[in-house]
Amino acid sequence: MGEASATGPDTADPRPDGADPRPGTEGTRRFPADAGPGTVDAGDGVIVTRALTKRYRGGQLAVDGLDLIVPAGSVFGFLGPNGSGKTTTIRMLMGLIEPTSGTAHVLGRPMPRSARAVLPRVGALIEGPALYGFLSGRDNLLRYDAADPTADPRTRRARVAAALDRVGLTAAAGKKAKAYSLGMKQRLGLAAALLRPRRLLVLDEPTNGLDPQGMREIRALVRELASDGTTVFLSSHLLDEIEQVCTHAAVMARGRLVTQGAVTDLAAGARGRLVVTTPDTGDAARVLKEQGVADVVVAEDRVTGEAPERDLAEVNAALVTAGVRVRGFGVERASLEDAFVALTGEGFDVAG
Amino acid sequence: MSQAETARRASPLWTLGLFRSELLTTFRRWRTLALLGVLAAVPVLVGIAVRIETGDGSAAGGGGGEGPAFISQVTNNGLFLVFTALAATLPFFLPMAVGVVAGDAVAGEANAGTLRYLLVAPAGRSRLLLTKYATVIAFCLVATLVVAVSALAVGALLFPLGDLTTISGTRIGFAEGLARALLIALVVAASLTGVAALGLFVSTLTNSGIAAMATTVGLLITVQILDQIPQLSALHPYFFSHYWLSFADLMREPVYWEDLTKNLGLQALYAAVFGSAAWARFTAKDITA
Repeated sequence: MGEASATGPDTADPRPDGADPRPGTEGTRRFPADAGPGTVDAGDGVIVTRALTKRYRGGQLAVDGLDLIVPAGSVFGFLGPNGSGKTTTIRMLMGLIEPTSGTAHVLGRPMPRSARAVLPRVGALIEGPALYGFLSGRDNLLRYDAADPTADPRTRRARVAAALDRVGLTAAAGKKAKAYSLGMKQRLGLAAALLRPRRLLVLDEPTNGLDPQGMREIRALVRELASDGTTVFLSSHLLDEIEQVCTHAAVMARGRLVTQGAVTDLAAGARGRLVVTTPDTGDAARVLKEQGVADVVVAEDRVTGEAPERDLAEVNAALVTAGVRVRGFGVERASLEDAFVALTGEGFDVAG
Repeated sequence: MSQAETARRASPLWTLGLFRSELLTTFRRWRTLALLGVLAAVPVLVGIAVRIETGDGSAAGGGGGEGPAFISQVTNNGLFLVFTALAATLPFFLPMAVGVVAGDAVAGEANAGTLRYLLVAPAGRSRLLLTKYATVIAFCLVATLVVAVSALAVGALLFPLGDLTTISGTRIGFAEGLARALLIALVVAASLTGVAALGLFVSTLTNSGIAAMATTVGLLITVQILDQIPQLSALHPYFFSHYWLSFADLMREPVYWEDLTKNLGLQALYAAVFGSAAWARFTAKDITA
């Protein structure tokens, strides 16, 4: 918890630490924490679920009354700790798992009933790539394309070549898939999702196993696809990835939807942290506590704490009055990670 | 390639694309080729054994003990090696190979995770299952033909060919003998469709290909043993393997059809019962692998 909030601002804020000389200007950007549901219009939702529930045979409630709306044209981040029901939800949307109750509509049609009409227009990467190790990368794609009864066999080879080219695998297309690295398998899985023009892409952890260069390429690809009008539904553990790529996000915890909405609103919902840069850290920490700042943490020449509700100008004045030499004073904008931790009450990667 | 393509309706002919892809995938698997290799080796071993044993001029099988059907005739006519090899492989080698391929059909894809991608492609569950069964049937046919062709080649190399004597004692020409051998191979392949359906059903029950293969082969062995216990004779007509060796009746003059039709009827029953069970299971199953 403490570590997460200490590292959060570094990854989210492009400014040098404490370089903002205008006290309190960032504080005004805070919004109430309940800005989530209701901010998206249900009318043109590419994915709309109503009270979607899945209880497994053992009695375990994996997804509990999920009301999810993914707006058309959005890049939608789907967040939650491991075991929070993300994968079960994705599998219900793809018609692989029958919901216990509730409904799911994808591209305006009910799933899993309309799977044959809906799925040709949906590309999916679910829980990592799965390949035939004894077939070449190209033959893997030919097989997946042959499984789609609406795909034209006359254009099959050309479409497979284009998909391989798009993910940068042309050179390795003839190699057996079992010789692929994890990153190459991931790219091949993505290529399978891009075999045809899609209206919706469901990508579960698409940058898993990729090196930083590969991650950048995939993010660029996602942005490119989104700019063509494809809706992208993206689940990820990497919060800064969601923050960089996504326009909207939803957070799940223990099978329930905690919040959904535009990413900027979600991040703004979390309170920022007050950061004071000073050589007199001991005195500064004492004064901040006197001024009602909670959770004061001293790290090198930085003193941080939860921003108080009162006017920050008074806090700054108190520091100066006490003889603390202030180099920088400001509120660092909360990252999505802070919002996530605040909403789920736990770090990510925690089994729910 | 254009956007308009996404709106195109599926042509019935294109659904055959999945069957072709399934055949290619199955027959390019190293395991399938190994199974076919073992099956091809059986007639070679039998042929060489008979040749060595009869090298001193005595009749095969005459030295005591019984061999597979027709083995005593092989030295007179190489064509009989086809019947001998099929009789030798039908009780175990052939159905074991079919059990491996059928058991792995769905469970192996689930195990590798490729099943979920085939289903979101979307292959369609009934269409995929039907394709899988058709592929296993094709494997039954190919496996049987591999045994028959290998036996014919070995028989032609090691023994004389020519007119042959049927079980009933009449003589038929070599061409007709060859036609009967082909017919027998087809009947043997059809005899395996029951165990193929059983294996496919087992395959829909688990996400482990190995478990499905082991269960199918285990069931095969169990049924073969139970079929030998006289106290269970009331149940014997319902065992899928009970009438398997009736294919020898095709070598009678005239052909004795009763057990042959019982065998084919029983295989159709197994295919219907376990095919329906596999369909009911697979179309309602949550795919969590």
